[in-house]
Amino acid sequence: MKVGIANRRDFLKRGMAGALFLGGVRSAEASAQPVTPLPGEKSRVVISRDSKLREAGSGVDSARLQKLLDRALQSLYGLDSPLEAWKKVVRPGEVVGLKASCLAGRGISTGVPLVDAICERLQQAGVREVVIWDRLNSDLESARFQIRERGQGIRCFGNDVLGYEDDLAVYGSVGSRISRTLTQICDAVINLPVLKDHSITGVTIALKSMFGAIHNPNKYHLSAGDPYVADVYMLPPIRQKVRLTICDATTALYEGGPSYMPQWTWPYNGLIVGFDPVAVDYTGWQIIEKKRAEAGMKSLQEARRAPHYIATAADAQHRLGTNDPNRIDLVQV
Amino acid sequence: MSSKHEASDIAAASRLPRDRSPRHLEATRASCPQDLERARRDCVDAWPPNLVSSCLGGESLDRRAFLKAAALPCLAACAVAAVYDRRLAAAAVPAPRPAAESDAQFIVEAKFYEKLPYKKIKCKLCPRECVIDDRERGYCGVRENRGGTYYTLVHSRVVSAHVDPIEKKPLFHFLPGAPAFSIATAGCNVNCKMCQNWEISQVRPEQVRSSYVPPARLAALARQNQCPVIAYTYSEPVIFYEYMVDCAEAGHAAGVKSVVITGGYIQQEPLQQLCRRVDAIKVDLKGFSEKFYKEVVQGELKPVLNALVTMRKLGMWTEIVYLVVPTLNDTDEQLKGVARWVRSELGLDVPVHFTRFHPEYLLKNLPPTPLETIERAKAIADAEGLHYVYVGNVPGHPGESTYCPKCRRVVVERVGYTVAAVKIRKGKCQYCQEPIAGVWGA
Repeated sequence: MKVGIANRRDFLKRGMAGALFLGGVRSAEASAQPVTPLPGEKSRVVISRDSKLREAGSGVDSARLQKLLDRALQSLYGLDSPLEAWKKVVRPGEVVGLKASCLAGRGISTGVPLVDAICERLQQAGVREVVIWDRLNSDLESARFQIRERGQGIRCFGNDVLGYEDDLAVYGSVGSRISRTLTQICDAVINLPVLKDHSITGVTIALKSMFGAIHNPNKYHLSAGDPYVADVYMLPPIRQKVRLTICDATTALYEGGPSYMPQWTWPYNGLIVGFDPVAVDYTGWQIIEKKRAEAGMKSLQEARRAPHYIATAADAQHRLGTNDPNRIDLVQV
Repeated sequence: MSSKHEASDIAAASRLPRDRSPRHLEATRASCPQDLERARRDCVDAWPPNLVSSCLGGESLDRRAFLKAAALPCLAACAVAAVYDRRLAAAAVPAPRPAAESDAQFIVEAKFYEKLPYKKIKCKLCPRECVIDDRERGYCGVRENRGGTYYTLVHSRVVSAHVDPIEKKPLFHFLPGAPAFSIATAGCNVNCKMCQNWEISQVRPEQVRSSYVPPARLAALARQNQCPVIAYTYSEPVIFYEYMVDCAEAGHAAGVKSVVITGGYIQQEPLQQLCRRVDAIKVDLKGFSEKFYKEVVQGELKPVLNALVTMRKLGMWTEIVYLVVPTLNDTDEQLKGVARWVRSELGLDVPVHFTRFHPEYLLKNLPPTPLETIERAKAIADAEGLHYVYVGNVPGHPGESTYCPKCRRVVVERVGYTVAAVKIRKGKCQYCQEPIAGVWGA
């Protein structure tokens, strides 16, 4: 994991001092934002892009990425200070999980530079610990994260370390064991999906990223994941703890997903940020469709794999957010 | 691999929190004596080392020794499990894992798949025909695409092993009274809401402790435990197909037969090859409507019916279990449908077991099947003329015994899993000489 050594050391120092000072007292500032927009209100989705994000070659410029992230958070909250924005997301003393998406390996996974940038801000916001997690240690390693199971500050490990809850969490059509990392370690989760299509479900962005929190995702790809993707996100530990989605769209994939298909990736050079996972998914889907059209490809609907689960997630039963473009406040910075 | 390694390896499983251990139940029968059943459920779940070693280390236990051996380790295992859980929650650090096994020993290239462009594959083992991208797994969770080659992840990867009476499968017309060395791996190609073994069938192999038991070793263990039969059971043997056929081959070389306990959701080609290698198949016919199969099983009815027809055509000894689930598959229409279909497509001599459902997994909201419903099912099938219709999960019911279809006398008396008497000589009723369908001699 390329979290800078200096940052980690500072993090540990500050974190320990902060923990001693606060003595575990939590600030009331941060709170989970409601994801379904109230009548008359809209779900804000921020797309933050930088055409110069990549250095010469294919690597992402970390400093520019930090600024990209800051702009997105500031715009999401309408604040001038990125740190003040982050303090709205998390509380001092919390353990914050960063749910990465690393199944496809290095080419199209949550990027280490983005995670570094987020950890920097979380550190400044006073969280007690950050846990970077995904389904398997091997998945994280394939995306160049370094496994660190023990210690303080920042840890990084897969669900295969702590396993899953013994009891089933049940909603609608799904019954699954939930990752203990989510249920027992994290106070809050920031979801870090990537922007890519999926050969069965159409797309896989914020909502489907939470398949990585359950023990049996392989059972829920029938019917293009509908209603399973929405039902999984309704499971209480997931719905209650995920506070924010930051979709890593620095590299995106418009065909051949979920595997890494370099011939169908493109450098979108952006982040898609929002509280509303349905609105984020809808927005991401439209971006992919636009790229597919530019490439002369059929739409996902024409290819018989439109992501119907997005509409299900927005329906009256689930109310996980909105897929109505008239109720999405799309801000591009 | 040495017996000592295997025993200690399995012994490590005894440190699992109790309810994470496989239950390896088939018919959830409450056998006699009741304290044996209670002890079996409690203690086998905890896998006390001396009991497990009796399965995989070569000793055999009688009932008294079983109880003696199991009691203290049970209590100890429960206490350890309770402390284990509390520590995990309180410490908030990764809990110690067992010494990592190399997964490579379990990974073998799969049979029955087709390579597609862009490193995708299409699995051809079961009718689901999953199309799987690189680094992904199929629906069953135990077969994986790695760079365009498809692998089973569970060859020799045993998660549950137990010596069961063959009546527990249930197979009533195949070597009555024979102990069956019963094994399973993780995984399944359906997701029945009433699954009583979901803790091993609905998980991925890395989520449950397992042991390396290669085919030759399995055959040897069956012989050491005086088991003339290996049973592939508990989860769904279709998904550990490669291991199953290799074990069947090794078993036959060692003089041990093989029986398969399956939902029957398998394609024709692998089924036909399987029928050349095993000796009997018991099929769980979950319901008799596509609606039921779609909503409750996440499967399909028609391929299962096709599989049953193929088994009979190939001369495979076949028995059917129909688990009667209240309100879901217990209508007269479905029950008559089953009976009529068996009569017309398979024949009157195929045994059909109507078994009682107990609330489990995702159907804990339903009550156990009323006895009247089970008896109604039996009456319907009897009225259709089927020769061998049984009542399951109702210990002590007269419907557990086998009756001569001609003279109606009891030719195999059963109480629970226990065979009390067999009145069959050379495959015929000893009273009236009517042939009794089945496999009666080793």
